[in-house]
Formats: sequence, structure tokens, C-alpha cells
Amino acid sequence: MAENSSESAVRSYAKPRAAEAGIFVPLNRLRRRIGEPIIELCIKLSGFVVVIFVFLIFLFLLRDSLSLFRQYSVSKFLFGTQWLPISDPPQFGVIPLLLGSVFVTAWAIFICVPLGVGSAMFIAEVAPKSLKHVLKSLVEILASIPSVVLGFLGIIWLGPFLRNTFHLPTGMCGLTGSLLLAFMALPTIISISEDALVGVPRTYREAAYGLGATRWQTLWRIILPAASSGILAAVMLGIGRVVGETMVVLMVTGNAPVIPKSILQPLRTLTATIAGEMGETVGGSEHYFALFAVGLVLFAITFTINFVADLFLRRARK
Amino acid sequence: MNGAKIRQNIAFSVLGVLTLLIVVPIMLIILYIVINGAGAITWQFLTEAPRNGMKAGGIFPAIVGTILLVIGTMLFSLPLGVLSAIYLVEYASDDLFTRMIKLSVVNLSGIPSIVYGLFGFTAFVLFLHFGTSILAGSLTLAIMSLPVIITASKEALESVPFSYREISLSLGATKWQTVRYCVLPYAIPGILTGTVLSLSRAAGETAPILFTVAAFYLPRLPRSAFDQVMALPYHLYVISTQVPNIPLALSFATALVLIALVFLMNLVSIVLRAHYRKKRLW
Repeated sequence: MAENSSESAVRSYAKPRAAEAGIFVPLNRLRRRIGEPIIELCIKLSGFVVVIFVFLIFLFLLRDSLSLFRQYSVSKFLFGTQWLPISDPPQFGVIPLLLGSVFVTAWAIFICVPLGVGSAMFIAEVAPKSLKHVLKSLVEILASIPSVVLGFLGIIWLGPFLRNTFHLPTGMCGLTGSLLLAFMALPTIISISEDALVGVPRTYREAAYGLGATRWQTLWRIILPAASSGILAAVMLGIGRVVGETMVVLMVTGNAPVIPKSILQPLRTLTATIAGEMGETVGGSEHYFALFAVGLVLFAITFTINFVADLFLRRARK
Repeated sequence: MNGAKIRQNIAFSVLGVLTLLIVVPIMLIILYIVINGAGAITWQFLTEAPRNGMKAGGIFPAIVGTILLVIGTMLFSLPLGVLSAIYLVEYASDDLFTRMIKLSVVNLSGIPSIVYGLFGFTAFVLFLHFGTSILAGSLTLAIMSLPVIITASKEALESVPFSYREISLSLGATKWQTVRYCVLPYAIPGILTGTVLSLSRAAGETAPILFTVAAFYLPRLPRSAFDQVMALPYHLYVISTQVPNIPLALSFATALVLIALVFLMNLVSIVLRAHYRKKRLW
């Protein structure tokens, strides 16, 4: 009986309710004998479920990609420079799409890293506490704006604005996408960089101040280098976010699957190709399987980026 | 004022300007949508189905669809996410297997949403024969939300002081009793906060539902989990790119409703967090 009374003690500690042990003693014993092993089994299985999902996603993408590679050679897919899925014979060269993604991503990162890291520095080191909270909630608001809303704004406002400013034939081009994507990657970059900056040990700061350095000198020469691993991880995760973003690029980059020569011309990314063409394909056709192969390429890219980012984060924690 | 001090003032001003460059557009975007959308939001718009090729009428089926998807997503992802966080924090030892799980969580969170869409389509819609349905869409969104829920639940569980567990175990409670009565109750606020946040993101996602659930135009409510539904983000995508000559006010109003829904969910999570932080015992 000692065991039961201890159990009720534990319970009343958590939930100070009237003694509920007495009547339920047999039930409790039953629950512990049979219920507990079952629930613990469930917990262990759930722990494993994430691994299974990653594996399943890879497996299903691979299965359908292999169906393409039975009919279409892998090297023609990976190194082909033309994406013409409905011409005869169809061409499924992934290079134009890959370059489209690279162009848009490079510009987005080029725009948002200085902005993001700069404002992370401002939030972490310069802003007074009350302003800090306001800024952080604004960044959270930005993070929660659905991408389709930004895409909509790109169509009706940013695209026409850029067309008029740069005298372009169309506002639906790479730059419109890059600007919006830069904006979308900011929350990721700001919050992780800020964590990295704040996580630098206080002793570093105190030592620098003690030697007579100003706050800026300390921030620029001591804290920023010390936080570099974390900031690199932030940039990597930002890249991952931008590469994988679908709706914005589908809506505003003009959807031209050609090798881009300039950021000011229409192009198309890996993600937009899948989203835009899946609805038009016939299930089981070469084109259909080719889109899964594009998905597999995307999976491989983001997997690598996240793996590297995780390595940086791990180093930052040490 | 010496040179170092001047340089500091300049540098800090530059950082301030960079921050303004982010903050001002965020506020402008919200204002722009509110100002242009608020006028078109009427009772009819919120409670009627679209009419006249979506050029008139409301968005009621899309609102209902999104809410159903969020509920479906929660049904699958919350128990699974919390249980696997419990495994990671309370049961797992630090071995290769655990590291594999943690790495999988990281990678799952990095997979592009459109790849989830592809997976959901080939696995749930075709392979498991769910068809384009609420079930397939909810499952797809649930897998996508898992990493956030797991990470948030993990942090919440880890923040419960270790002494709680020690006391419970020393009183003779079993491992599960300890978790159930001495750890979980105190971690629930954190878990809820993370869950609501990840669900708000799921509500705004378009790419994963493109091929798994979303209906182009379906002016009636679904009858079962195997029905298609309209969803707010997909509806906004459709009326701003696929259908010509939609009155702009309708698009703005749809965007406003979507943003309002997402913000409302965020607000709930912030209020929850603040409320429970005050009541925290440690």
C-alpha cells in the first residue's frame, strides 16, 4: 500500500484536489501494470516517427524520380540546359531552374544579410529594453505574414513599382522575387543572429570594457567575431528558407524557365516549377515524374544546407 | 568627444537606420492591407459563398476550410509532437539513435513546403487512396508542423526544474507518473504556445495544400474528412493570379481576413505565454 499512498502524494502535489486515491486503488494498479508499458511504447514510437517521416519523404521522392530516370537519363536531367516539358521530344534539363533558384537566392541573401545582421546587432546591443520588445514583436509579426499575401503585394504593388522605376518590360522578374524573399528570410536571420550575439559570455564584454574599449569597438571586434558561428548558421538557415519558398516566386518571378542572364528578367525557380506545373501534368507521365525529380533535387539542397547550419549551431553552442 | 566615441555614434546610427529599413516596411504592409481591405469586409463577405465566378459574394467556405484544416492538423501533430518531445527529454539517452532523431527534426523543419506538398500528394492522396481531401491535407500540414511543436515542447519540458522529477521519483512514483503529474502540467503553457504558433503558420501555408486538399471553387461546405475544401491562402492565390478581372477590393479583403486569422492565433499564443509566465513557480 505504501506505493499507492506515495502515488497520491505525487498527484496531490501536482493537482491539489480532494483525495481521489481511495476508490481508484484497484484501477490505478491496473493502469500501472498495463497502461504504463503501452504509453511508454507509444512515446518511444513517437520519438522514432520523425526519423521515419524524413526517410519516407526521401523514399517517395526517390521512387517517383527513378520512374523518370528509367525513361530519361540522369545526366540529361542534371546537366540539361533546357526545360521544355511539353515540346516533342520533351526536355527536362534542371539547369535553368537551378540557376533561377540560385539567382533569386543569391540576391535575396545579398540584400537581407546586412539588414538582418545589422538590426540583430541593434536589437541585441543598442536598443533600450522597451524598444527591444517592440522590435522583436514586429519581427515576429513579419514572420507570421503568410507568403501568399506577400506574393499578392508583389503582383499589385512591388512589381509595377519596379517596372516603372527601372523601366523594365515587366515587373514580374527575379528582382521582385528576391526583394520579397529577402524580407521573408529576415525573421530567421535576425532571431538566430540575435541569439548568437546575446549568447556571447559576459566576461568577453567586461574584459573589453576594462581595457577601455567603447561599446561599438567591443561589439565590432569582440562580440561579432565571437558570435560568428551562430551568425553563419543564421545565414545558412536564411538561405534554406529562401531556396524552399514557393508561393512568392511562383506569383512574382514571371515563370520563364530559361537560363537567367540578369536578375531583372523573368525566371523560374525549382519550387515554382513544381507548384506551377503539377496541376497540368498527367499522372504517371514523364513530366509528372520529372517534377518529383526536381523535388528530390530541392530535398537534397535543403538537407545539405540544414546539415551545415546545424554543424555551425553546434559549434556556436560550445 | 573623442574619435572612438564619434565612430560609435555613427556606427550605432547606421545600425538604427538598418533596423528602420525593416520596421517601416512591415508597418506599411500591414497598414496598406488594412486600409484597402477593411472597406470590403461586410457581414455578407464573411458569411456567403463566392458568386459570379468569384467576382462577387464572400469567402465563407474558404474560412471554414482553413479552420477545419487547422483543427485536423492539430489532431495529428499535437499528440505526436508532444509524445516525441517527451521521449527526447525524459526517456532518450544520449546515443547515436537520439542524435539521429534530433538531426531529423532539424531537417524536417528545413524541407521546403512544396516538397511536403509533393510528398502528401504521392503518399496520402495516391498511395493511401485518401484522394484530394481534408484528411490528406491535414496530414501533410501536420508533418510540416511537427518540428516546431517538438522543439517548443522540448524547451518547455526541459525548463521544468530537475528537482520536480527527483522529488516525484523519490516518493516512489514511476517514470510515467512523474512525467504525467509532475512535469507535463508545468510544461503545458510552453507546449500550447508553440503549438498555436505552428498552427498559425500552417493556416497561412499554400504550397502543401495545392495538390492535397485545396479546391479551386467549391461553394458548399464539406460533408466528410474525405471532401475537398477551399482554403483562404489558396483562394487568395487563385483570385490574384488565376482569375482575371477580380475586383481588387475582394483580394485585399481576403488578404486581410487571412492576416487577421493568423495574427489572432499569434495573439492567443502571446497571451498564453504572458499569462503562464506570471504564474510560473520557479
